[in-house]
Amino acid sequence: MTAPLLEVTDLVRHYALPRETLFGPVPKVQALNGVSFSVEAGRSLGIVGESGSGKSTIARLVMALDTPTSGSVRLLGRDLHALSRAELRAARRDFQMVFQDPYGSLDPRQTVARIVAEPLEAQAETGRAEQRERTAEALAAVGLRANDMDKYPHEFSGGQRQRIAIARALITRPKLIVADEPVSALDVSVQAQVLNLMQDLQQQFGVSYLLISHDLAVVNHLCDDVAVVWKGRIVEQGAPEQLFREAQHPYTRTLLDAVPRMNPS
Amino acid sequence: MALLEVDDLHIGLQTQRGPAEAVRGISFSLERGQTLGIVGESGCGKSITVMSLLGLLPASATVTGSIRFDGQELVGLGEQAMCGIRGNRIGMIFQEPMTALNPVHTIAAQVGEPLRLHRGFTRAQARQEALALLERVGIPDARAKLDAYPHQFSGGQRQRIGIAMALACGPDLLIADEPTTALDVTVQKQILELIQGIVAERGMSLILISHDLGVIAHTVSRMLVMYGGSVVESGPTRAVFAQRAHPYTQGLFAARPVLGAPRGGRLATIPGSVPELVDLPPGCPFAGRCPHTIEACRTTRPPPSRLPDDHAVRCIRLEEIAAEAVA
Repeated sequence: MTAPLLEVTDLVRHYALPRETLFGPVPKVQALNGVSFSVEAGRSLGIVGESGSGKSTIARLVMALDTPTSGSVRLLGRDLHALSRAELRAARRDFQMVFQDPYGSLDPRQTVARIVAEPLEAQAETGRAEQRERTAEALAAVGLRANDMDKYPHEFSGGQRQRIAIARALITRPKLIVADEPVSALDVSVQAQVLNLMQDLQQQFGVSYLLISHDLAVVNHLCDDVAVVWKGRIVEQGAPEQLFREAQHPYTRTLLDAVPRMNPS
Repeated sequence: MALLEVDDLHIGLQTQRGPAEAVRGISFSLERGQTLGIVGESGCGKSITVMSLLGLLPASATVTGSIRFDGQELVGLGEQAMCGIRGNRIGMIFQEPMTALNPVHTIAAQVGEPLRLHRGFTRAQARQEALALLERVGIPDARAKLDAYPHQFSGGQRQRIGIAMALACGPDLLIADEPTTALDVTVQKQILELIQGIVAERGMSLILISHDLGVIAHTVSRMLVMYGGSVVESGPTRAVFAQRAHPYTQGLFAARPVLGAPRGGRLATIPGSVPELVDLPPGCPFAGRCPHTIEACRTTRPPPSRLPDDHAVRCIRLEEIAAEAVA
C-alpha cells in the first residue's frame, strides 16, 4: 500500500492569549485539539465548520505557515514541520494555496505575469523564457488569455482575480491545493464558473484539494470526503452524500438544519 | 394606501468612468405588514435602491421618479425632513455589525440614541427602553451588559444589538441589507427567525436584501429579482420560485450548488460577466448573456409581461422560452 498524499496526525495548536493579570497564568485558546485525517492522491477533502471551529488553523498548519503545538503533517511521506527552511521552500512546489479574498491576496503593484510566476521564482530553477511559457500555460488553464499577463489586478473582476490566484497555485504543478473559502466572496453566477474550473483542473491535472468552507453545498460539489470540525476536533467524517443524508453527530445535524431550504414557506 | 410606493425610480451616479444609470426605472409597492425580498448580484442596484429610500445616496447622485412613504414624497425631500424619517419611521439593519456599531460608545447609549434624538427621551428613559429592546432581541443577561462595548460581543450578538437599534423607535418599515452574510449558518438561522418574529409581532413591513435564494425563500412573501439596475422579475416568492420565468432568474437558480446533489455534475453557468453600469446595453440588460437573445432584445427595453398571481416578468421572449421548455 502506498502512503497517502497528505497525512495529518494528532494535530494540536494552542494559542497564548494576552495575560489578564500581571502574575497570573497565560490564558490559552485551544484552536485544535488532536485532528487526524489523510487525503489520497487525486481525491479531495472538504473541511466544514463555523468560525472559531479551527478550520483555518488546519489550513495554516498544512501549508506550514504556522507550527503545531504537537502532531505532524506529512506530505508525500515527509514531515513538513521537521524540514529545514531550504528543504521546506523546495517542498512547497507540491502544495499551494488559494485564499478567500481575491482583492487582498494579489499585490496591486505587480503585473499578472509576476504574480503568477512568483512561486516559480521562489523555486529558482526555471529560466526567464520557460517562466513566461509556464505562466501562459497556467493562465490558459484557468481560462485567461496570454495577453492578460501584462495587466494589473485592478483591471479584473472578482471572479477573474480568483482565476489568477488559482493560476498562481497551479504553476508549480502541485499535488495539493489548499483552498480557504475560495468562492465565498464571489457572486452566485461567478461562483459557479470558479467551481466548475476547480472541478476541471482536478480531472485534468489530478490535483487534490483541501477545501475549507462554511458552505456545505460547495463542499458537496467538489469533494470526495468531508470532515466536520467543531471546537477543534473532527466530530464526523465521510462521503458528502452519505454524511448529509444520515448525519450522526448532533452538531452536523444542527449545521444541516440551519441551511435555508429552497422551498418558500 | 400602500405604505411604500416606488414609481419609475431612476438613479444616476457619477463614477470614475463617467455617469452611470445605476437604477433604471423600477417600480414596486409594499403594504403594511408585508415582507419583500430583493435578490441580485453585486452591481445590480439593490443596495442603491434601499439607500435612496433612506436618503443616503452620495450628494452627486441624481434621482427622478417617485418614492411615496406613507403618503409623503421622499424624492427631493430636504435633509432635515429626511432625518425625521430615517432611524425613526424607517429602521435599517446593516450587513457588517462590527462597522455599523460605534466602538467607543456603550451599547445602551447606541441603542437609546434614536430615542433621545427622535422622541426626546431623557438619558434614564432611553436606558430603560434600551434594556427592554436588548432583552427582546435575546441578549442574555442584558441588564449587566448595558455598559459593555461592541467588541465584547460575538458577531451574532452584535447583529442582535444592531436590530435593537433599528427597532428602537418602532419603525413602520425595516430594511435589512444582507443582515446575515457575515454570520455562520447556525447563527444566520437564529437572526432570521428573530427578524421574522419581530416583524410579525409589530406588524412592520420588511425589505430584505440578499444574494442567497435560500434566505429569501425562508423569510419573505414577495420578491424582486434585479439585474443591471432593472427589476427583471417580481411576484410572490412562491410563484417566482415555482416558475422562474425570466432567463436570468433561471440562470441564478441553476448556478447554485445544491446540497445532496450527486457528485461529478457540473454547475450551469451564465456566460460572460455582469456588465458595467457605465456601459449597460440600451435594451434588456441581460441581452448578450442570455441564451435566448434576439436582435430586438438589444434595442428596446422589454415592458413587463403580467402573469397570474401579480407576477411580472420583463422579457419579450417568454412564450418562445416556455414553448422550448415544453419541447
